[in-house]
Amino acid sequence: MLDLAESYVLLNRSGKTQRDVLRGRTLINLFFEDSTRTRTSFELAGKRLGADVLNMSVSTSSVNKGETLLDTAATLNAMNCDLLVVRHGDSGAPALLARKVDAGVINAGDGTHEHPTQALLDALTIRRRRGRLEGLTVAICGDVLHSRVARSNIFLLSAMGSRVRVVGPPTLMPADVERLGVEVFHDMKAGLEGCDIVMMLRLQKERMTRGLIPSFREFFRFYGLDAEKLAYAKPDALVMHPGPMNRGVEIASDVADDPIRSLIREQVEMGVAVRMAVLDILSRGSRNV
Amino acid sequence: MSDLLIHNVRLLDPASGLDTPGAILVRAGRIADLGANLGRPDGATMVDGDGAVLCPGLVDMRADVGEPGGEYRETIASAAAAAAFGGITTLAALPDTNPAIDDPALVRHLRARGEETGSLTILPYGAATKGCRGEELAELGLLHEAGAVAFTDGARAIGSARMMHLILSYAAGFGARVVQHPEEPSLAEGGAATSGELATRLGLPAIPAAAEALMVARDIRLVRLTGGKLHFAHVSTGEALDLIRAAKADGLAITCDTAPPYFDLNETAIGNFRTFAKLSPPLRVEADRLAVVAALADGTIDAVASDHQPRDADDKRLPFAQAAAGGVGLATLLAVTLAQVQGGTITLMRAIELLTAGPARLLGATAGSLAKGAPADLCLFDPERAWQVEDGKLPGRAQNTPFDGRALEGRVLGTWKSGRRVFGA
Repeated sequence: MLDLAESYVLLNRSGKTQRDVLRGRTLINLFFEDSTRTRTSFELAGKRLGADVLNMSVSTSSVNKGETLLDTAATLNAMNCDLLVVRHGDSGAPALLARKVDAGVINAGDGTHEHPTQALLDALTIRRRRGRLEGLTVAICGDVLHSRVARSNIFLLSAMGSRVRVVGPPTLMPADVERLGVEVFHDMKAGLEGCDIVMMLRLQKERMTRGLIPSFREFFRFYGLDAEKLAYAKPDALVMHPGPMNRGVEIASDVADDPIRSLIREQVEMGVAVRMAVLDILSRGSRNV
Repeated sequence: MSDLLIHNVRLLDPASGLDTPGAILVRAGRIADLGANLGRPDGATMVDGDGAVLCPGLVDMRADVGEPGGEYRETIASAAAAAAFGGITTLAALPDTNPAIDDPALVRHLRARGEETGSLTILPYGAATKGCRGEELAELGLLHEAGAVAFTDGARAIGSARMMHLILSYAAGFGARVVQHPEEPSLAEGGAATSGELATRLGLPAIPAAAEALMVARDIRLVRLTGGKLHFAHVSTGEALDLIRAAKADGLAITCDTAPPYFDLNETAIGNFRTFAKLSPPLRVEADRLAVVAALADGTIDAVASDHQPRDADDKRLPFAQAAAGGVGLATLLAVTLAQVQGGTITLMRAIELLTAGPARLLGATAGSLAKGAPADLCLFDPERAWQVEDGKLPGRAQNTPFDGRALEGRVLGTWKSGRRVFGA
């Protein structure tokens, strides 16, 4: 998948398109949670492959979210769509949908469970810069507890042979996370020591209501990525963030905007290419390719 | 009603220790005689048990029967059908209904509704607090007088230490038992699975297993303070069971039950977000399941209850964290418990004790024994007959079984309530 995505990167840069891949296919972006970046990325990926793309944003403020979910599934099924890209605030919602619809379902982020295409684009970004994933040390830092990006990256990067660390305060670490094959650090400087890649996570501000950390300024002091903490990583360590960033909370602006060390914009570019590869490969069965 | 003779059976009565081939004679709805060498009275209806086990009708000390207020999930009539299928003739109904059973009239109403079924005695729990809200004492004395068998807030833990102190003290004045859902609410709030690797992988909001032991430890201390009688429902962790074992050894009036999911399943039953396996308390790790099995064998656990929690399909067809917790259990109570006998962890006598004499003693009920003169509430089952649990095909309205697909051995062949056959051909 990463190899195919690589070829789509080149195609995108050359300005050519391959609109015959998904010609006549319908892709629906079904977003129960706000997202500009991921939705746009999937939309662009679908359109570049020639699919008819429809965006549906479903309000999650309605009283019974679940009823909306399955009702929507029934509606979409009746419309005979081919690919369904789903973002939902609850873990497992795309899995539930996948059992109820005929279309291929792609998880675009579910609750605190997984965000597979984000991990794929992160892997692609790292591989393009470093030439490999195997043997690299990657530190995933911040709110690991609520992060689907962290989980998907842990699974993917470990499978590809990277050494994964997670760094954050104990209250933002999920139970038994070390059983996922990662090393756990609560001291960020120790956690960044000798790292090739520093992957920052978005602090879920809405979770602050549960009082898991005392304040943003305290969080930034101990777990925000600034030049001083980054200095503990390898001299050529690269910085990533899935976006959108909370500047001054988990990452300092000068680090985020560093043209040499920050990969944040490149991640966005890779996102489109990876999603093209995902749509291409996952629709092959139904296209008899 | 003519006399009834059920012969060619293995009589099994944990209350008296009886375990013998023989027959049982029922006259006017009561057990007239039983034993190995029973004559055949003229005109008696004969039932050939074909060597199956005949035991007292099962006593289920914890079930939600849907009424009042949850009739879309289950009704007393549909629960009674499921109970008869499962060999259950007496059932203690939880009070956290809508409205809650916090008024003496509702206690009498539930008892009467049970009698109307003709197949099931309903023993109502009284609410420990008004509306089961945990804020003010319910009228425990009046509820007790009306026939409430014990006091509990059902699936809601009595969270405030002060409130539990009050309830234990006050209920002790009537000699009444208090039943706790042992789970520290501030740790359990919003949780959907037991904290640990599985919940972390699935990204589910988690409850530390210690939430149970924390509450058990606190409440044991409150029993020491008040001299009250306390029962812990559906205990599911080894740590809590250790505390209960020690408290019993100290002579405190502490008892507990568990439910079949906690000794037959572990958290992996959740699989890929299977909401039918979402229970409260949540399923635990394998080590805790084994601890529950050990406690069934060593006597720490006094009863096995169905913990029947009927749910509407729409309450379960939701993303896991939003889905309602709870599983149905009336139809599978006996067979899942018998799986422990087949597995060699407990004897058949012990299994039936946990389902009859054990809970009957806790509820102060006369049911659960094969005593001469007692109402002929009977359960005839073949401990080896195989069947498979299939949701959608269970008796009763609600179908949310955590055991869907489970192959079981042990099938009820006949259920009698006061001598009248209410299940089986």
